[in-house]
This record gives sequence, structure tokens and C-alpha cells, in this order.
Amino acid sequence: MIKSFTDWLVYGLAGLSAGTHFSDAVHFFVYDTIKIGLLLVLITFIMGAVNSYFPVEKVRKFLSSRQLYGGQYLLASVFGAATPFCSCSSIPLFIGFLQGGIPLGVTFSYLITSPLVNEVALALFIGLFGWKVTLIYAGSGILLGTMLGLVLSQFGLERYVESWVWDVARQQTGRSVLLVKNPRFIERLPGILREAGAIIRRIGLYVLLGVAIGGAIHGYVPTGYFQQYLTASNPLAVPVSVIVAIPMYANASAAIPIMEALVTKGIPMGTALAFMMAVVGLSLPEAMILKKVMRLQLLGIFFGAVGGSIILLGYFFNVIL
Amino acid sequence: MTIKILGTGCPNCKRLEANTKKAVENLEVDAVVEKVEDIPSIMKYGVMSTPALVIDDIVQFMGRVASSDEIAGLIKSQIPGLTP
Repeated sequence: MIKSFTDWLVYGLAGLSAGTHFSDAVHFFVYDTIKIGLLLVLITFIMGAVNSYFPVEKVRKFLSSRQLYGGQYLLASVFGAATPFCSCSSIPLFIGFLQGGIPLGVTFSYLITSPLVNEVALALFIGLFGWKVTLIYAGSGILLGTMLGLVLSQFGLERYVESWVWDVARQQTGRSVLLVKNPRFIERLPGILREAGAIIRRIGLYVLLGVAIGGAIHGYVPTGYFQQYLTASNPLAVPVSVIVAIPMYANASAAIPIMEALVTKGIPMGTALAFMMAVVGLSLPEAMILKKVMRLQLLGIFFGAVGGSIILLGYFFNVIL
Repeated sequence: MTIKILGTGCPNCKRLEANTKKAVENLEVDAVVEKVEDIPSIMKYGVMSTPALVIDDIVQFMGRVASSDEIAGLIKSQIPGLTP
């Protein structure tokens, strides 16, 4: 339906003739903008609703009050995926988890998956790559958080957490009470819509920019063009793309549409996935913020482990996809 | 009445602070608006998503920015005599 509407708009209303580089690019831009726009509205709304009913404070309570026999790593990772992430909340979140008696490894599981699998990335992946790749992306993101949390818990890394954090974590949250309210859906709706609107306003321009560049690549770059430079057998492609991705956090919403176009022009899927995971999941601003609570060694181990695993996943996907 | 904005200095925290000051001005109530950026103090309230609004040591909401109208409503509900 969106496709025939786009056909009508581009070839009918605007009068472009089909099959030229320019009309291909315009068609791609219009089609993807509409599709991604609708998905963004839908998914930010769903995630907002989930967050309204299940805020991170409830996640903490759930994780700290139950005996989960190792399942807490997977659960923390899934919760991380299901709740929206804001890097400015990562310190209160980190300390809050430790304060609730949640082990450092489980906290890492949450911290790894939360930025990696977020509402904007999911909307873009579904719109651009389809369900299969989206499930692979989200599934491997959740698995990555689970496994790394479990592995990192084995090394006694607690000693690399700044000592003031433990002082704060030990103190009681005594003198204040959160008003316990359980508003009905209709009362929650304005807040959910406002949050969704704020997210879309923040990233909208980047998405448009990314789709426009993607459209230009679709229209003008010959199919298979990049195969001569970047093949799945080139061993350096994956690590280089992960390292290049780290400083690009602010442009994650622009990077995904561009990568989609590059994949159709011959960039291997695994390399592209590794690049996008690194753009979305590893961010310098977050590292700067976490520096306040983690010693440099821990920050290095944390980001090194996540980056290294993404590189391994990239090789893996290049083999199986 | 003491109103505290808990937040680490992100753009949303600044917007919540501005909206709160506007609400206090419009209502002409006697209230002190205070910004709390110190992490240990924020953590004392058990808040994990910022910004949060605290009126007389009770956390009203967290993790979002409220409009000045909504904040005005919260302030009014704290003043006996003003509640309908």
C-alpha cells in the first residue's frame, strides 16, 4: 500500500519517469521515509507504554527480590531491551542497581543490552531490513548482554568500581517515599505520547538525512559496487568497521538507513550488522559518563568486551548469512 | 514548601526546572525551587531515572519532563485548603 502510494506520488504527481537514477533515489527516499515514520510512531509508542507500566524501578525490585538461579542475567538483558535508554540516566541506574543488591555482572547485562536494543534501532531495522534481520539483531543483542554479564561476573571486577559508589550504594533510601499511584491507561496516554513525540523530534532529522543519503546510494551507486573493496573474506573489514563506528553514536539513526543501502550494493551483511551494533551500542558519551563510577580498567574491560564480542558476531554473521 | 528537581544536568532536567519555576510563578505560592545535581543526594530518593520532581521530600514522578500545568496541579494538591 505504501509502495503504490509512493509510485503514485513520485511517478504520477511529481511526473518523474521510472528507471532513472534520480527517480530511483527519490522513490527510495519517499518510500522509506513514510514506512520508517509509521514504524517509529508505532514502536516508540509501544515502548513508551511498556515503560509507563514497567519503569526501571520495578525492574530493580524484580531483579533484587527474587531468587533466579542464574536466570537474572537473561532477565536483566531482556529488561534492558524492553526499556528505553537514556545515557544521562546511566549513573543513577548503575548505582541504583548496586544499591538494590543486584550483582555487578547482572547490572552489566542490563547496561549492555539497554542501548543496543532500543526502540529507534528496532523501528529502523524492521523498516529497512525486515523481520528476520531485526530478530537476529535483537536476539544477538540480548544474548550478548546475557553472556557478557555472566562472563564479567567471574572476575571480581567490583574492586574497579569507584569506592564512593559503594558508599552511596550502602546507604538506605530512607526518608523519602514515592507516591504509589496506578493510573489508568487513559491517564498515562498523554505522557506516553509526549515521550514518543520527544524521541521522534530528537532523531527525526538524522533519520531523514540517513534515508536521503541511502536513497542517493540506491539510485546512483551500481549494484555490487563495494564487493570489490569489502568482501566477507577480508579479515580486517569487521574490526575496522566496529572501531570506526564508536565515535558515531549521535548519528546512529542516520547510520542504519545508509548501511541498508550499502548492503544492497555489496557490503557483507555481517560486517554491516557489526558496524550498526557498534554505532548503537558503544557510545563515547556513555563512556565519559560511566567514567565517573568506573575506574579506567573497568571501563576498558567493559567496552573492550562488548566491542570484541561484536567483532566476533560480525565474523559469525558473515559466515552464516 | 520545598520543590527539588533531581537531575544530573541533562537537557531534560533543565526543561523540568524551567517548567517548575514557571508553575511556581504562575501559582504565586511560597515555594523554594532547588536543583539537586549531586549523585549521592539523588540516590537517597531511590530515583534511577532522571529528571525527577520532589515536593517536600516526596518523589512525585521520575524519568520524564512534566508540563508546568501538570506541576501546578501537583503543587496545588500539596496545599491543604487549595484542594477542591
